[in-house]
Amino acid sequence: MIGVFHPGDSLVHRAPALVKLGLLAVAVTVVALQGSLLALGVAAVATALLFLPAGLPARAVWGQIAPILWVLAFAVPVQWLFAGWEAAATMALRLVIAVALAALYTLTTPVTATLDAMQTLLRPFRRWIDADRVGLTLALAIRCVPLLADIVREVLEARRARGAEGSIVALAVPVIVRALQTADHLGEALIARGFDD
Amino acid sequence: MSRIEFDRVSHDFGAEPIVDGVSLSLTEHRVGIVGANGSGKSTLARMINGLVTPKSGRVEVDGLDVARRGREVRRRVGFVFTNADNQIVMPTVREDVAFTLRRHKLPAEDAAARVEATLERFGLTALADRPAHRLSGGQKQLLALASVLVADPALVVADEPTTLLDARNARLVAEHFAALEQQLVVVSHQLELLDDFDRVIVMESGRVVADDEPLPALAAYRALIG
Repeated sequence: MIGVFHPGDSLVHRAPALVKLGLLAVAVTVVALQGSLLALGVAAVATALLFLPAGLPARAVWGQIAPILWVLAFAVPVQWLFAGWEAAATMALRLVIAVALAALYTLTTPVTATLDAMQTLLRPFRRWIDADRVGLTLALAIRCVPLLADIVREVLEARRARGAEGSIVALAVPVIVRALQTADHLGEALIARGFDD
Repeated sequence: MSRIEFDRVSHDFGAEPIVDGVSLSLTEHRVGIVGANGSGKSTLARMINGLVTPKSGRVEVDGLDVARRGREVRRRVGFVFTNADNQIVMPTVREDVAFTLRRHKLPAEDAAARVEATLERFGLTALADRPAHRLSGGQKQLLALASVLVADPALVVADEPTTLLDARNARLVAEHFAALEQQLVVVSHQLELLDDFDRVIVMESGRVVADDEPLPALAAYRALIG
């Protein structure tokens, strides 16, 4: 979600976010409940074929799927050891398919479209839930990931410069203080941009 | 031009007064505010769109009391912060510019056209789908300015907008500020940015100690800081 969207004009790009979210939810649920290796193999091929019309750069797709392969490199041998190769293969296929489908969604859907879709979904509940506020909260949560990553990176560098590499306090205190300051500043910026209710 | 009125405005953060009985009437196209750290210049600027409410006195923009009608005032007053990172909310450049218009309830085509025109004006079209947090400092500050101006405010307040930038990016951002048709209030430590402004206010210990055209006002400030 954090800036991985790749603009394009394919059918997958142009499909409404709400439809894509619905299909994603259904597909992931079906894959999670499917125990047949053959069916999962077919699903894996179908998932791979879905990427073709999207015309996404292979590097961008690999960047989204590669992290789960690192997890599987550890999880599959453990699963094989305790539950057998079939259980390990089923788990691996389920995870790869789910991550690939989610990656297809995030690579072809801008965050604003996701927020609009969430707001549409929440509209029937507007008596109890402020859809605008939920959308804004989601946007801020997504925005805060790189902000916090930058803070942690800078504090780690400062800690190393001061020769306090092992100190948890030298990491936690400045990170928490700066995160709270950043939250204050972000709040001010939202007020200045008219989001003051 | 808008009329910004400070009427015997005071504010403090604890024991020390940060703004101390300031009365000003600002109607010029471009107004600069200078002063040492802690002189109260940023607090004064923040009062213009209600980010800080004075503990005594009154701030008005076009006759609107900022403390009571803040939302209306903020529709007229755009604010650019020192650190653009704190102002960027959405993941990509285009989405962040468009974010400002979400509360304006414009028809989707009108909003999209305004976003594209604003991106073009600030040379951000080629970066429109890039992650905003991966831009350079200068590009981020231009994005922050674009995100403010897409709403077409009558007045833009900027709090040290070039402080965190290198010389080249500071010059680029300054050029965009210089080209603005909007009324402009800029707090800055970079005095050359204010050379061709219409009026410069010098703050010291929460008070206005000089208020004049740039040449005499900046000379007074240079004398003050030694």
